[in-house]
Amino acid sequence: MERQNEYVLRAVEERGIKLIRLWFTDVLGQLKSVAISPVELETAFEEGIHFDGSSIDGFSRIQESDVLARPDANTFETLPWAEDGSTGRMFCDIRQHDDSPFEGDPRYVLRRNLSKAQDAGYSFFVAPEMEFFYFGDGDPSHPPELLDSGSYFDLTTSDVASDLRRQTISVLEAMGIPVEYSFHEDSPSQHEIDLRYTDALSMADQIMTFRLVVRELALERGRFASFMPKPISGMQGSGMHLHLSLFDDNGNAFHQEGAEYSLSTVGRQFMAGLLHHAREITAVTNQLVNSYKRLVMGYEAPVWVSWAQNNRSALVRVPVTKADKTSSTRIEFRSPDPSCNPYLALSVILAAGMKGISEGYELPPELTKNLFEHEPAELRKAGLQPLPTSLAEALDEMEKSELVREALGEHIFEWFLRNKRAEWTSYKAHVSQWEMDRYLPSW
Amino acid sequence: MTESFLVFPDPAPPDIVRQLDFDGYQWRAVSSVEQLVEAEPEEGWTGAIVDITDNSEKAWALCRELRRRDVPVEPLLILASGSQLDELAEFDELFDEFMVTPFHSKELEARVRHLLWKAGRGARPELVTYGDLVLNLETYQAVLDGRPLDLTYMEYELLRFLAAHPGKVFSREALLSQVWGYEYYGGARTVDVHVRRLRSKLGEEHASLIQTVRSVGYKLGQGRW
Repeated sequence: MERQNEYVLRAVEERGIKLIRLWFTDVLGQLKSVAISPVELETAFEEGIHFDGSSIDGFSRIQESDVLARPDANTFETLPWAEDGSTGRMFCDIRQHDDSPFEGDPRYVLRRNLSKAQDAGYSFFVAPEMEFFYFGDGDPSHPPELLDSGSYFDLTTSDVASDLRRQTISVLEAMGIPVEYSFHEDSPSQHEIDLRYTDALSMADQIMTFRLVVRELALERGRFASFMPKPISGMQGSGMHLHLSLFDDNGNAFHQEGAEYSLSTVGRQFMAGLLHHAREITAVTNQLVNSYKRLVMGYEAPVWVSWAQNNRSALVRVPVTKADKTSSTRIEFRSPDPSCNPYLALSVILAAGMKGISEGYELPPELTKNLFEHEPAELRKAGLQPLPTSLAEALDEMEKSELVREALGEHIFEWFLRNKRAEWTSYKAHVSQWEMDRYLPSW
Repeated sequence: MTESFLVFPDPAPPDIVRQLDFDGYQWRAVSSVEQLVEAEPEEGWTGAIVDITDNSEKAWALCRELRRRDVPVEPLLILASGSQLDELAEFDELFDEFMVTPFHSKELEARVRHLLWKAGRGARPELVTYGDLVLNLETYQAVLDGRPLDLTYMEYELLRFLAAHPGKVFSREALLSQVWGYEYYGGARTVDVHVRRLRSKLGEEHASLIQTVRSVGYKLGQGRW
């Protein structure tokens, strides 16, 4: 047996683990879990766990419904908050009945894209800024109750939300998810926790874990945490800015001494790829109807496909780094929101960037003006393209994209479009409160 | 698990128990078969060291009793004087190894260790320690300040490697090839990621246990020399 597996078996015994949760993700990015007892663990390692995939969103069609979950021993962690720390978890790779990779598994999709980049000599590193709200409860029938009235970087002592954030960070750290910064975000009750960079596959696992930890700990205190992209009209939405870099044998492939912003040709080409394909990948990085209510003018969310060194209205930014820290040269992609499926989002982002490198895309000129101050017509005239303004538009762009089709694979590409079209159709037919307020009195 | 040896007779011969103490084994002395049950530790005996020089009759009776049990006490090491060597032939089935007195303390240590190894019990658990950090190589447990650490396999391996070479600075590339053992997916930056994860698990108070050595790599603590 592989040493990693043996290590986990030992750890389970030594730490008195009573339950092991095997985690995986459906196509929409919802966490799924099968629990097994320690006695079943060895078999799970050797043979995997069979289950009926037809009950999972985006997995198998009925005739090929049986799939296999194979736990990844490298991801074993105990869940510090659950059942006295006697519960462990591992992420799983989903395989077909004959143990070949399963196309519907988002983790496999990311693995496939990462190994393609690996073949070109690159490994992909990611650090996300996770934004979210704490609310009084999760009941959608009334407007969310805010827990504080703080704003950006406020030090709101002794309030529930800040306590929660602190506790969350200590649980994350105990689970080997290092936190870079955390602070009170712009809006009341909005918080941000920035995770420290790691390789993209671990990061996708960490984002899944993060969302669960934040929500579980809030529930424990009778509160509700939400990663909905735009929960409250008129306030900042929650984004998931992603700091991206590629490393090769010589270190940070994005860094070049003496280049503009220390950004290498590879870095510029990657960024060009991201910009070039931005409209096509947006359905995946911003997958909800609600996502597009965040991507509007007047807030700190990108609306136009553009880049700048230090302009927070741009879609891609090149953060300022210390001159001697070559490893921290990176780009920041600002459109994704925390409701996305991180495996799929990182897959299409990587595919777009890698395309920029393989095709040697030219980077368009930097946009130095503050986009917020300009009229849309003016920006269009300057040759700028807007990001899709609705899920429907984003899906149209995605459907035309060979890049996204290839990155996601046929199975997920088709299923995602079908599922999301249905979401849009359902939304389109809905008459909202806004329409009642606006139209009923006059018409 | 604690290693607990039965020593005959009671009071125990000082040169035996001094060495056992030094090697970190537990022991209890008995002077008769009757005392066996009362003296036996909960987890049973690890083995027995029986000195037959002063009272060989009682000693062999004890050995016979130890071998007659459902779970015989093994290994059993006999200490005999040179003049008793002929006597051993009659009792070959009652012991696993013998030593002639007077003995060198290092010989006792070596024989005990080898007997345990032969019995498949690999001697005492192998530990790597640095200050309050203890890594058990047998159970894969890591304990810091008495607090167990929940580490992943690679985090454990990295910590073990660094703790086994305190004070020595390793480059990221060296760690990658020594700990991961091959050109691991993610390259040298993988090492940074794991160090940061380890530090977060060690907790703020101990995060500095693993130090970054600028433009070189990492080291754990200070050298001991």
